[in-house]
This record gives sequence, structure tokens and C-alpha cells, in this order.
Amino acid sequence: MATPKEMLTTWDKIQFGAVLPSFEDPKTKKRSKFHSYNYKVADWRVEKPVFNPDLCINCDFCWVWCPDSCILVEEVTTKRGKKQAKMVGIDYDHCKGCGVCVDVCPTPIKSLLMFPEHTPIEEALAQWPKKEDKKKD
Amino acid sequence: MAEKYQLKKTEVWDGNMAAAHALRQAQVDVVAAYPITPSTPIVQNYAQFLADGYIDGEFVMVESEHSAMSACVGASAAGGRVATATSSQGYALMVEVLYQASGMRLPIVMTVVNRALASPLNIHGDHSDLYLGRDAGWIHLICNNPQEAYDLTLCAFKIAEDERVRLPVTTNQDGFLVSHTAQVVHPLDDDTAYKFIGDYKPLNPMLDTENPVTYGAQTEEEWHFEHKANQHKAIMDSFPVIEEVFQQFKDLTGREYKTIETYKMDDAEIALIVMGSTYETAMVAVDEARKKGIKVGVVMPRVFRPFPYNQLAEILKNVKAIATLDRSAPMGTTGALYNETAGALMANGQSAILTNYIYGLGGRDTTVEHLLQVIEETQQNAEAGKRVTPLQGFINLRGPKLSFN
Repeated sequence: MATPKEMLTTWDKIQFGAVLPSFEDPKTKKRSKFHSYNYKVADWRVEKPVFNPDLCINCDFCWVWCPDSCILVEEVTTKRGKKQAKMVGIDYDHCKGCGVCVDVCPTPIKSLLMFPEHTPIEEALAQWPKKEDKKKD
Repeated sequence: MAEKYQLKKTEVWDGNMAAAHALRQAQVDVVAAYPITPSTPIVQNYAQFLADGYIDGEFVMVESEHSAMSACVGASAAGGRVATATSSQGYALMVEVLYQASGMRLPIVMTVVNRALASPLNIHGDHSDLYLGRDAGWIHLICNNPQEAYDLTLCAFKIAEDERVRLPVTTNQDGFLVSHTAQVVHPLDDDTAYKFIGDYKPLNPMLDTENPVTYGAQTEEEWHFEHKANQHKAIMDSFPVIEEVFQQFKDLTGREYKTIETYKMDDAEIALIVMGSTYETAMVAVDEARKKGIKVGVVMPRVFRPFPYNQLAEILKNVKAIATLDRSAPMGTTGALYNETAGALMANGQSAILTNYIYGLGGRDTTVEHLLQVIEETQQNAEAGKRVTPLQGFINLRGPKLSFN
């Protein structure tokens, strides 16, 4: 990915030894401009995982397995007062489309499925496989 | 706390033992090495000192020299004082990582014992490995005897770790001729030596987990050039620091080192330019030749990288003919010292009759008689006012005379 023009510096102001700090201010954990979080590194993805919140059981398997920390979660408190990570979506700026999250998803009908990159999310959700009705004899 | 080593005022050490003691006195945090002849005893002695409680540090045995330098890079980036030693094939295997170390500006010190490169396999001294690492972005210091191997290894830490430099440094000594030849060495006591080098000051250490950093970033066409230019400036600008460290060392010990060493150059009309232990042989040859009335001197770049080209040109200002002696086969051109000297003269609008000699490959002896022959041929050029001897000759080579024009 090309570096934004405003980030390019001259040889005399270059980062010493190409050593890049993660934080501008370690105390407040303010991310530096070199932090990889600021880079969009997903432009070679051909298939993307789509998340279906209706089927998700918040087991967090995908969050554990994702090699690029692209499973977005938020902290929620359950009815019993226990803190839990609730899955809310996917970070498409960093996801490379490896499909590990889909592979480890344990729900009977997967709550994560791979779709071609250009497929809109709504369309993908509409195509989601339905639970087969048990035949009544 | 490391034990103090009781040293006599005068020790009889070979170059390897001298370098090992310098590493011990520097209290290196991590030495990662894969011993190779003729530098094996540096690593072996160091490991012995560590086992005997004279060093507070880690010695990492690795599976190859590539891993040795990689471990050094990791340890240095983590924030420790780091050193290693190698020679020849090991040096060749390290080359990829040498560039990484200098690019990341890691002040690693490597005590190199110069040895020929295969094939054919040879364990003896020449400068093939030194020349291989020439463009790797390391500062290269040349030592001609065990005393210098000791002194310059101490200086190497101080130069490398200076915040104005922060570049890796090698000290180079000729395989066997220096590394295995016991000579008198006057060492400093442990405290004085350590005080001279000073405590290690980490810069952007990876072990500072409060402030995480990335080492070894990828930079493509929009960044790489700026980084390399910045790194080049750092090594070009390291001369004042090197001179400063040499001066501090002189103040402490009385032993003087210069970026270019000269012998009887004040009134010299012809000059030899040579690096390594042959410099000392050349001093004897110069004295002999001067008895016959030949006004000859000898010059040695103590610092091979950065190359002191303007200073060299200044020294050669009044010289009519110069012989540059390279202890490495340039394989298809003139030797590196010839090229550097020619460039230095041209850049300063000077000229002299310049010839190149290849000598001492694979540990072949180069004696006073051989150098007197070179001086005689150079004198012929000076007297003729033009080059009458071949552009490139070979010293002490068996068979019909081999030369190139």
C-alpha cells in the first residue's frame, strides 16, 4: 500500500534504524503513525468472511483463532453478571480472508461464511443457508 | 557480580587471547557464536572466562554463523551489549545478517580473524573476508598485532555505542600471523578498561515492553533510499568520533592510533599502501630501502570503512609513485586499496603513478625481500616519470611472472 504523502519524511528526519515505535505516548497508549493499525492491509483479499449475528453463540473461537486480530468484540455483562466478549463484526481493513474463523465456527449452521469480496453484506446474509425442516411423517 | 581477573602489567598473548580479554573486560551481555578457525580461541577463551565466573553474561551456542549474527541482532535489539567473533566461511555465511545489523543501527562488535575464502579450502590469513564485508555498513578497524587487537577491540565498543554513531564495528587481525602469534601485550586492569568503555546505554530496546517498537521494518521504493542515505551519513560522519575515542585511549594508555597510520612519509617520494600485519614487514623493508637512498614510506588505513580518502590524498600529496598491496584476489579488476587510492587522488586533483600488487593469498609469506622488490619497481616508475612496470603484479607466486596491464 502506498504511504500517504503527509507521512513521507526526508532522509534527515527518517526514523532511526527504521525502528518504529508503536505508541506516540506510551502512557496514554496513543498509537503512533507507524502503528500497523493505521495501515489498510487487506487489498489482496478475494473472499471475505461475513458475520451473521442471528446464529452466533459468542463462543469467541474465531476471536482466539484469527491470526490478524480482525474479530471485533465488545465487552458485555450477561444476565448472571458475568463479563463476556460479544462478537460484533469483522475488521475488513486488516482481514486477509484466510477463512480460519469460518473453519472454527461451531454453530450447526455456520455464523461466519466466506463470500466473494464484491458481494454486499445484505446480499450475503440473504443467501445464508436455512435450517432444513425435519420431515414430518 | 563478575570476578576480577588478575592481570600482570605485561602479558604474553596471541591476538585471539587479546581479543577475548577485551571482550571479557567489556562485560558483554550476550555473545552468540559458532567458532571457526582461526578465530575459535576467541570464543573458546571467552566461554572459559564465563564458566570461571569472570563474566556476567550469556554465551549462546548456535547452529551456524548465520544464526550467530541473527542471535546477536536479536540480543542487541533487545537492549544488550553484544559481541561475536568469526572468520572466512563463517563471515561469508553471516553477510546477509551483517547488512541487517547495520541497517537497524545495532552497535554489535565483531572480532574478525581474517582468513582466505574457499575454494580451494584454506584456513590461513588473507583479506578475502574483510573485503567481502566491505559494503555491509560496518566500521572496519585493522589490527596488526595482539596489542592492537586488544586496544582496538576496547575502542570498538566505545565507537559503536556512541550515540552519534550507533553502528556495528569489526576489528580485523590476520589469521595465524596475529591471531596465533604470542607477543607482549600491556593490558589495562579490568576496572580501568570497563570505565574506558562505559556502561551500555540501550536505545529503543525491545525489552522495554511499556514502549513496544518494531525492528526490521519493510521499506519499499518510497522509504528505502532515505533510510540508506541516513545510514551512509552516519558512517561517513563517524570519523570525528573514531578520532575522539583514539585520543581518549591515548590519554589513558599513551598508545596512539590514527585513522591512517604512516611510517617515514614526511619526505617520501614513493609509497606503499598496505593493510594488516604486512604493514610491520613493510616498515622493516622501508628502513632497508632507505639505507640504499630510496625515499620510501608506507601507509596503512587503520580504518578501512569509513575510508579516509581525503586524508589519504593529503598524505600522498608529494609522492611520485605508489604501490597498493591487496591481500585478496580482486577477480577481474584491480584490488580494493588500488581503487580507493586512485579515487582519493582523483577526487583531490592529484596524480601519481599507481600500481597494484596482489600478495599473501591463503597465508603465503610476504617477506622483507619481496617488499624490497616492490619498492624497487615503484622506484623505477618514479624515476621514469611514467609507469614502466605492470599495472598489477603478484608477489611470491610460483611459476612464470604473472602480471596485467
